[in-house]
Amino acid sequence: MNSTALPQAGSGPLLDVRALRKVYAGRGRSVEAVRDLTFSVGAGELVCVVGPSGAGKTTLLKCIAGLLPPTSGELVLEGAPVQGPPPGMAVVFQEYGRSLFPWMTVQQNVELPLKQKKSLDKARRRQLVRDALAAVGLADVPDAYPWQLSGGMQQRVALARAVAYEPHILLMDEPFAAVDAQTRADLEDLVRSLWQRLGVTILFVTHDIDEAVYLGQRVLVLSASPTLVLDDVAIDLPAERDQLGTRSSARFGELRAKVFGQIQRAKGARPTDPAPPTDPALPADPEHADSDPADSPADVPPPRQSTDAGSR
Amino acid sequence: MLSAPAATNGTKAVVSVRSETDSQQVAKRPAASSPGGGRRIGSALGRAAWWTAAVFGLPFGLLALWWVLSADSETFYLPPLSEILASFDDVWLHSDRLAADVLPSLLRLAAGFLLAVVVGVGLGVLIGSFRRVRAFCEPVLEFLRAIPPPVLVPVLMLFAGFGNTMKVLVVLSGCVWPILLNTVEGVRAVDEVLTETCRCYGIRGPARLWHLVVRSASPQIVTGLRQALSVGIILMVISEMFAANNGLGYTIIQFQRTFAVTDMWTGILLLGLLGFLLAMLLRLFERSALHWYFGLRQSQRDDGQR
Ligand SMILES: Nc1ncnc2c1ncn2[C@@H]1O[C@H](COP(=O)(O)OP(=O)(O)OP(=O)(O)O)[C@@H](O)[C@H]1O
Ligand SMILES: [Mg+2]
Repeated sequence: MNSTALPQAGSGPLLDVRALRKVYAGRGRSVEAVRDLTFSVGAGELVCVVGPSGAGKTTLLKCIAGLLPPTSGELVLEGAPVQGPPPGMAVVFQEYGRSLFPWMTVQQNVELPLKQKKSLDKARRRQLVRDALAAVGLADVPDAYPWQLSGGMQQRVALARAVAYEPHILLMDEPFAAVDAQTRADLEDLVRSLWQRLGVTILFVTHDIDEAVYLGQRVLVLSASPTLVLDDVAIDLPAERDQLGTRSSARFGELRAKVFGQIQRAKGARPTDPAPPTDPALPADPEHADSDPADSPADVPPPRQSTDAGSR
Repeated sequence: MLSAPAATNGTKAVVSVRSETDSQQVAKRPAASSPGGGRRIGSALGRAAWWTAAVFGLPFGLLALWWVLSADSETFYLPPLSEILASFDDVWLHSDRLAADVLPSLLRLAAGFLLAVVVGVGLGVLIGSFRRVRAFCEPVLEFLRAIPPPVLVPVLMLFAGFGNTMKVLVVLSGCVWPILLNTVEGVRAVDEVLTETCRCYGIRGPARLWHLVVRSASPQIVTGLRQALSVGIILMVISEMFAANNGLGYTIIQFQRTFAVTDMWTGILLLGLLGFLLAMLLRLFERSALHWYFGLRQSQRDDGQR
């Protein structure tokens, strides 16, 4: 029913997170940011992680990226335990503006990581930079500095840098939280098309339920801190998605309602409670429940729901 | 961007108003090479005129004041400026003093200053990067920094004699502190997100040192250079006044001892002029090395205003 690229037989999951726990030990006070996370991501999958603000999404990503040592638990990437930043991984940070070097032009920013790869000669490097910038629609500003660009353009530079790096796995931390709705829709489609074209595995963190459902093949729902995986929702929408049609389809409404229900429960749930089962009684949006998406092409996409209402 | 939440919110507001589309791939602010209309050229000329007035206005005003006030001066120690200027080119230009005194002074200053840059930035990066090293070095640094460099002149004379080595060391011993301390501060303030970006993308070793650490700290390093330059000029003169047989400081002291007061004043004028030119040179260097920093700050100010 969908094009979910299941992990190839025998290859096992690309990323395995087992009983991950992270406690920030501070002076006098320690914060248990992540209590117990277990999930895996297959090669070529696009998995979204949603959770309320402060749920430990960034913490999870930094642990996977090898930037933070977990307090306990295991992280296995491509068969090897994660001890430091793995070579085949690229990260797009939440604070994208700060992750670009202000003393370098757009092109230099994208090229710098490639210069560390000894196997690439200059011509190939330049080619990768050009292709990546073209892919994100920034082919004509290679010599601008990041601070001369708008927020959405800066985010696309960060994305181009990740893409040019040719990673096996791409981690993205709320990359579109600070751009306007129009740019955001464009960037979402960009991520999906890059994913389909490059066959890269993507772990996409967001607090926006609609975004998670629209983008992902699977949505992992995290509870509020201290964090557990509440649910792992398979998104059985067609592989070809478009902002208007997909978002106004009945199935989209159902999935969104399902994830939203989990999140609502997450807010009330004690972290020690077992993950609540999927509730079939939760109604999907009645307006869309039995309508064929083809019948309502003029439908306005339903309003976005956020896991941390209004805090952004 | 340096202050993430504020900058991000500002950017968000701007972007949502502009409703960026894919055909609109223009930079928010035009880069240095922007198409110039007539008004632009006019304003550029105006800016140049304003800049010239700002730079030269006060000095020439003060010189004029000096000229007028000293015009009828009978005091032996304060000759009229007209006399001083009249003998300026005799003393400095129609003699071999430029080559015999000014050049050696400048060379010693340059050597001491450049050595201080190497030592100060090198040690500063080391101390700023590692908390342990910093804790270990801090008391010693505070102690050494508190010693006024001129008192080192007699001491250094014992070790390094009267030659150029001593003078270069004196300049070095004074210049190194502002550079070192500013570099340490700059390195400590390297953005954490950039640091993590480097870790993720395998940027390490010399590439990390240059592209992340030194470039991040470069605004503070340049501040250190500016402070070091003025200290360096003072120490250059002082070291030559103690023990030397050439150099600007030596020449000025010789004039003073032989009661060639007018000539002494020309030396002081020349010293001021050299200091000014060197500061301008440093400013030029700053403009090109830190143009990104001025642009970044400007864009943050713009975002703040909207
Ligand atoms: N360096 C740190 N030291 C101590 N506590 C931290 C640190 N970083 C995060 N925390 C705490 O860990 C918890 C999870 O933070 P995290 O940044 O991972 O959340 P998040 O899900 O990414 O939130 P958001 O959606 O707002 O980005 C929070 O309670 C936070 O206060
Ligand atoms: Mg976060």
